[in-house]
Amino acid sequence: MVLGTYKEIVSARSTDREIQKLAQDGGIVTGLLAYALDEGIIEGAVVAGPGKEFWKPEPMVAMTSDELKAAAGTKYTFSPNVLMLKKAVRQYGIEKLGTVAIPCQTMGIRKAQTYPFGVRFVADKIKLLVGIYCMENFPYTSLQTFICEKLGLNMELVEKMDIGKGKFWVYTQDDVYTLPLKETHGYEQAGCKICKDYVAELADVSTGSVGSPDGWSTVITRTDSGDSIFKQAVEVGIFETKPIEEVKPGLGLLEKLSAQKKEKAEKNIAARKEMGLPTPY
Amino acid sequence: MSLIARIKRFLGLEAEAKREEPEKEKSEPVGASKEEVEKVAEENAKPRIGYIHLSGCTGDAMSLTENYDILAELLTNMVDIVYGQTLVDLWEMPEMDLALVEGSVCLQDEHSLHELKELREKAKLVCAFGSCAATGCFTRYSRGGQQAQPSHESFVPIADLIDVDLAIPGCPPSPEIIAKAVVALINNDMEYLQPMLDLAGYTEACGCDLQTKVVNQGLCTGCGTCAMACQTRALDMTNGRPELNSDRCIKCGICYVQCPRSWWPEEQIKKELGL
Repeated sequence: MVLGTYKEIVSARSTDREIQKLAQDGGIVTGLLAYALDEGIIEGAVVAGPGKEFWKPEPMVAMTSDELKAAAGTKYTFSPNVLMLKKAVRQYGIEKLGTVAIPCQTMGIRKAQTYPFGVRFVADKIKLLVGIYCMENFPYTSLQTFICEKLGLNMELVEKMDIGKGKFWVYTQDDVYTLPLKETHGYEQAGCKICKDYVAELADVSTGSVGSPDGWSTVITRTDSGDSIFKQAVEVGIFETKPIEEVKPGLGLLEKLSAQKKEKAEKNIAARKEMGLPTPY
Repeated sequence: MSLIARIKRFLGLEAEAKREEPEKEKSEPVGASKEEVEKVAEENAKPRIGYIHLSGCTGDAMSLTENYDILAELLTNMVDIVYGQTLVDLWEMPEMDLALVEGSVCLQDEHSLHELKELREKAKLVCAFGSCAATGCFTRYSRGGQQAQPSHESFVPIADLIDVDLAIPGCPPSPEIIAKAVVALINNDMEYLQPMLDLAGYTEACGCDLQTKVVNQGLCTGCGTCAMACQTRALDMTNGRPELNSDRCIKCGICYVQCPRSWWPEEQIKKELGL
């Protein structure tokens, strides 16, 4: 159960050329939320939209495919999307809501659905929760340290960031820069240290880059509704898929990284307990 | 399946005809003694629920009634509401399986103190219903000096005066959590209720708990659930951390209760998601 409970795992990418160009990987989040919007499964989605500063996202409610596309791509810092869910329901009047969430946000949403103490008529409006894999997250100032101090670049020149193959990658229009991941250690936010969830185990559908080739994503369908929405989208040609067994590096790497994250978290949880510090588990 | 649909299924609203027949068979077990029959009848009796209104605003009772389409079934067939000033015309407090207490207690109001002590004797379970009863909430700011009773200045959560078995905080608690708690009680689902039993001890609540109990402890991940839960918009997220406007905080405790890093009900979540 190192990847949580699931129905199926495939490698997939969006067939939409524009989404392919904008997306971090296979365009699964943008493509799936856009499909759900078009089909009326959701009326809007809370996503990490562009903020006032470069690469500092702000939660936004997307009601069209264009707005979804504006939010495509990974930003390696906080976007408190969960806060926006109530606004989407109350202020935008959305009855059927979609959202994208990293594992800790998924946990906040699922807890609020199971024990809705103070979230009157919000919990049951969330119809599609797309989870993304997450190893750790960084405060915005950490990102500035990597890009401005360590690489000597200006934030506004950056076109894309990526973490993979042991490096932190930064793409500008003309060049590619890398930092070894050990240069980023110590800059992660503290709360990530006890997180045991790498692959958004409580989402309807989870997706991320690890396991699939560049330009593709590894998609895990989990709940009945998530599984059926994704399969409908594949059926009508929104996504192309390959069996995960036929792609490199495949499930082995995903399972290894997930197991490592859990193991490290368990160690940190034990250390905290020894110090007498609280943990939620 | 939507929350309401799930609750309906729990209550058997979608299979009513089937539900009634086996009950008749059960009422006359072959060869059972009179005592045994009475015992079975007692065990299967509808829970007797009382509603006690102390220094509250009736918002929590209003929230209960917002379970529109399950409310009639709940009140008529699933539970007996045996006491409550806004609901039942009865002056003598009867024995109750569960007493829902709304509002905090005014230490200068003898009648309130008396009513609280009496209900602890008459009720098997006492529930702090809503944040005023659970944490003091808005009444934490009371300080007397107003007509017609300038001496009425001290208001405390009910757990300061009596043993409280469970708490359903919220200002008000959502209609859904009230329905789910009552259904869990009917089904004797103590696992679902466990967090509410634990929350009976959480009486000194404040928005600053996020800072002292989550951020200061190295637990915050900046997910934003606290800010979503806040019922007075006293919380915003700044640089991925909750920022409290303490002038707006009413000390209901919801932000910390809803935070995924305060307590984590993994089994219940997986059960509801079918994972």
